[in-house]
Amino acid sequence: MAEKILEIRNLTAGFLSDKGLAKATDRVHLELEKGKTLCVVGESGSGKSVTALSIMRLLDYAGGVIADGEVLFNGQNLVSKQQKEMLKIRGNQITMIFQDPMSALNPVFTVGEQIAETLRIHKNLPEKEAWRQSVDMLRKVKIPDPEIRAKQYPYEMSGGMCQRVVIAMALACNPELLIADEPTTALDVTVQAQILELLLQLKREFRMSMLLITHDMGVAAEVADRIAVMYAGAVVEEGTVAEIFERPRHPYTIGLLQSIPGLEGDRGGELYTIKGTIPKIDQIPTGCRFHPRCPYAMDICRQNEPPLRESNTGHKAACWLDDTGEDDPRPGKPNTRETKVTIMSRPEVAQS
Amino acid sequence: MVGQVKAVDDVSFGIRAGETFGLVGESGCGKSTLARLMLKLKRLTDGDILFEGNNIDKVGSRELRELRQEMQIIFQDPYGSLNPRFLVKDVIAEPLRVHRRMSAKQVDERVVELMELVGLDANRRNRYPHEFSGGQRQRIGIARAIALNPKFIVADEAVSALDVSVQSQVLNLLTRLQKELGLTYLFIAHGLNVVRHISDRIGVMYLGKMVEVARTDDLFAHPMHPYTAVLLSAIPHPSPTRQKERIILQGDVPSPANPPSGCRFHTRCPFAQDRCVTEEPKLETLAPDRQVACHFPL
Repeated sequence: MAEKILEIRNLTAGFLSDKGLAKATDRVHLELEKGKTLCVVGESGSGKSVTALSIMRLLDYAGGVIADGEVLFNGQNLVSKQQKEMLKIRGNQITMIFQDPMSALNPVFTVGEQIAETLRIHKNLPEKEAWRQSVDMLRKVKIPDPEIRAKQYPYEMSGGMCQRVVIAMALACNPELLIADEPTTALDVTVQAQILELLLQLKREFRMSMLLITHDMGVAAEVADRIAVMYAGAVVEEGTVAEIFERPRHPYTIGLLQSIPGLEGDRGGELYTIKGTIPKIDQIPTGCRFHPRCPYAMDICRQNEPPLRESNTGHKAACWLDDTGEDDPRPGKPNTRETKVTIMSRPEVAQS
Repeated sequence: MVGQVKAVDDVSFGIRAGETFGLVGESGCGKSTLARLMLKLKRLTDGDILFEGNNIDKVGSRELRELRQEMQIIFQDPYGSLNPRFLVKDVIAEPLRVHRRMSAKQVDERVVELMELVGLDANRRNRYPHEFSGGQRQRIGIARAIALNPKFIVADEAVSALDVSVQSQVLNLLTRLQKELGLTYLFIAHGLNVVRHISDRIGVMYLGKMVEVARTDDLFAHPMHPYTAVLLSAIPHPSPTRQKERIILQGDVPSPANPPSGCRFHTRCPFAQDRCVTEEPKLETLAPDRQVACHFPL
């Protein structure tokens, strides 16, 4: 087994309300190997962003709480750290880029100053050296005329350019882990292609690991080594790109892939739909959280929550259909024979 | 005199009755402006827009009022396009109250009928928009758009803000309504897979110009304008086999306030030649049912 840079165990986080904790993530398990890219995909409300904010411990500032679980970064548990200690890690060893580049930048400082700030704070560089390196970073993210651009303000740049600046800022301190939360969602497809290409190239150059959050299965297929599918606060399936796209096991993943209109083959017919909508975080169904929308729901699905089970190849899914054997109603051949190893039970977390 | 920014410049194309015409292009290329011109929500400075032979810029206010019933729009943002202080039944009934003389009972019956048509629970008509999810709100917007039995509907990024599983539901609804009610759609979207799914023909815009118009299958099988090719190659494919060749454009879309000379795409075109810098290509018919504006089509 390769070394893991990030291990999330049983992460339960959410927001306190009158009725107790509304869980945005429920016992989330994720692992990221050094130098690899893990894509977390899911629709809105699936808990992707809360997971990212929990790793950064920014959830504390977003009004949320981490109720249980561990976030192990290079073996150290970030959940038990003081915010004072997190200041040394955040922006230095772990950095994050956000969806909207315009609002991630401070409008009253030049972009050069904003990149230099991180370098001054984390690397204790003198002003001049920090500026020199910040111009250097702008060059690395392929901004033309970096010397001139560094003296400009965010409003003088396009959305794609701003996202490059944000990436430059995130990479300035040579982080070990980059978290990108929907980094290309606000951008046009041609610019998205540029930014994804840049991220992949810089990831190699800086030898980083990357956790990329997206709702776009296409983006995930392009950049990921492994993909984790989240639904209503839980990881329901996790595997390599080929496993997720060719042999999906969870009915939610299967439905999601089928409901995307394709770019090749037949078109215009009726699209596959997953009936209903994503449940709200305070109304998660009992048993399997997907059962009210699942076309294959069985009695057991309504009562018991399926554990996340791992195959010999490391393909994980949480679905009772893996036990059905010959009568498996799922389309394709979801390789059920190799899926008998249960690796983790998911004990119910007491509501605090 | 203050200068003029042309968001849409010298565009000619037609939409046939009963078809879905897809309009694609990057933000700022003039898609939405074009759609709003067609509905006369914006005034045009030059040119003609004919709706069933009537020039919508020349008709009087009374005839325009008649025409408006035939042309409706569905907006992108299911949150911003519904008045939060209106009950859902009032949102849907508003066009009826403006254009039709109907008793309260008739209006209510029509609202129930419309809500059932778009797959909403009509018992919820006495609720406010915030009590509905994004997909349901978009259905409310659709019910409002079809309330007057229009012929032509502009769907301006109507499914772009929705999640994949909800998006497919709304797309199916739009297709079904088109069949049942004989609608013509102008479908604007930046998601090319969605446009491919729903459109009969597609127009590709770049910086205020139409650069290619073609039948959907032809366009995807063999793009003739370099920009179309770039756009198609930029889409990330949701499949585990990754594309090998991808044309990645340099730079951003130039400002429409100061568009490049000649072909507007020449500054970013991988195949640009001297002629493209000086001479603007006309949108010409190069194959049956296919227009391309390029000196050196692929």
